[in-house]
Amino acid sequence: MKVQGKVWKFGDDIDTDLILPAQYLNITDGAELAKLCFSDLRPEFALDVSPGDIVVAGKNFGCGSSREHAPLAIKMAGVKVIVAKSFARIFYRNAFNIGLPLIESEEAVENLSDGDTAIVDIAAGDIKKVGGNDIFHAKPIPEFMREFITAGGLVGYIRNKKLKKG
Amino acid sequence: MGMTITEKILARHAGMETVSPGEIIEVAVDCAFAHDVTATLAIDSFRKTGAHNIFDDEKVLLVADHFVPNKDIKSAQQVKTMRNFAREQGVKYYFEGGEAGIGHVILPEKGFVVPGQVIIGADSHTCTYGALGAFSTGVGSTDLGAVMATGEIWLKVPSSIRFEYHGTLGPWVQGKDLILYTIGRIGVDGALYNAMEFAGPVIRALPMYQRFTMTNMAIEAGAKNGIIEPDEITLAYVRERSLQEFTVEVSDPDAHYEKVITIEVDEIQPQVAVPHSPANVCPVADVGHVEIDQVFIGSCTNGWLEDLRNAASILRGRSTARGVRLIVIPASPWIYKQAIREGLIEIFLNAGAVIGPPCCGPCLGGHMGILAEGERAVSTTNRNFVGRMGHPQSEVYLTNPVVAAATALLGKIGGPDEL
Repeated sequence: MKVQGKVWKFGDDIDTDLILPAQYLNITDGAELAKLCFSDLRPEFALDVSPGDIVVAGKNFGCGSSREHAPLAIKMAGVKVIVAKSFARIFYRNAFNIGLPLIESEEAVENLSDGDTAIVDIAAGDIKKVGGNDIFHAKPIPEFMREFITAGGLVGYIRNKKLKKG
Repeated sequence: MGMTITEKILARHAGMETVSPGEIIEVAVDCAFAHDVTATLAIDSFRKTGAHNIFDDEKVLLVADHFVPNKDIKSAQQVKTMRNFAREQGVKYYFEGGEAGIGHVILPEKGFVVPGQVIIGADSHTCTYGALGAFSTGVGSTDLGAVMATGEIWLKVPSSIRFEYHGTLGPWVQGKDLILYTIGRIGVDGALYNAMEFAGPVIRALPMYQRFTMTNMAIEAGAKNGIIEPDEITLAYVRERSLQEFTVEVSDPDAHYEKVITIEVDEIQPQVAVPHSPANVCPVADVGHVEIDQVFIGSCTNGWLEDLRNAASILRGRSTARGVRLIVIPASPWIYKQAIREGLIEIFLNAGAVIGPPCCGPCLGGHMGILAEGERAVSTTNRNFVGRMGHPQSEVYLTNPVVAAATALLGKIGGPDEL
């Protein structure tokens, strides 16, 4: 799967309170959550984000709470992939579980700037800046997680598994 | 080669002889937990899997603790969704209202969690129960929905880092200070994906409530779980509260660790995590003159009975500084009752505190003590991220309950020695 979109660049240790402040955890509707995504950090994000855009961040993206509202808000805002130097572990599970792929590449993060346009080949793990020549290679997504993406998330994966068993 | 306590528990629950770090395994879950904020999405996922019944009506525990008593209509709807689900599924252990406290405190207190178990909770601080020698980790709602449906979860076996604490603790230095110091040393991703195993003579001597504080904050270093091998202190705590049978696991002498970090505690002073990271720590004496608007004593980190006793020992016969709002929230109804019996609540009230009902309170800026723009709080909680307790331009400083109590009296950040 290839996506092309605008880069929204963030720094290190972006926590789930910055992605979606706790005061909104009484909301479960995805569209409503999308409007509140990064509201304290970058209020313009929710207004200007377009379907296919790419979030690019430093290390430990998504640290803090286990709230699935955080990756859900990003996904519902139209973001198709997050590229970071590293991810916090609960966020990593949550994102794949809801069918939002994450890829890790220090190089890509170093070389992409806010507002760039990038093309990401999620399956191959290749990241390219539009107008640039370099292709950055991400760590391959573990086989097990790829099954999640194909199935659209953990729920789909479990349903498929049951069907196979059944 | 031998295995760590974490590997042994995971191997047993995966039906395997041995497991190694990095391996992806499916494990049986002994206890699945969700609260009012995470249950709604988990219930959605549970239904989407096509399952009709939860895997075990005694192993799914639901506790309303975040936005309760319901702070607004949306929160009330969330609790209602969880309550209706509990009734529909015959969930035996559903807690709300006067029966509920903070999940991470009432689960050990009521004996639901015991050594050797695998516990999965839809809350990042589920790592708390590792203090009992259990494998315990936080997940999101979709994971929990799948656990409720299948009784299993996939996990990547974490590689372990062993933290050995040696020496003698100084005055007013507690589990909170040890874990803040440790996070300060390794950083907020210093144990990313790892098991943090806390060991050494200082841990062996640490009372249960301070051990819970330490494993509670393992997530603040990015860890998958925090864990402490069970000993006499653990077993005394568990036997007083639980009739469940359990298996005590300990690490093999030849177990493999990614790293062993030795920490000499003699020089460690009470710590303060200054905004906006739990790794941003310094000794309380080095903070400088920082005036405070609010002090919160409570939460799954430091809302235990002994924490209240420690705070009361500082506040007894004194009053909070003018302009400081002190909020004290006992973490469970049992703690609350005991605090009344012991006269602690009267000490807090006399000092000028507001007492909240057992719940997460202002820790996550949900309700019961939200900060305005520019306000500063000292809090015995676990996170001081931007906007954590309210306005994005407010500030949170994390300390142990004794320093928090002293700060409430001083009106500025300081330890009991300054009183």
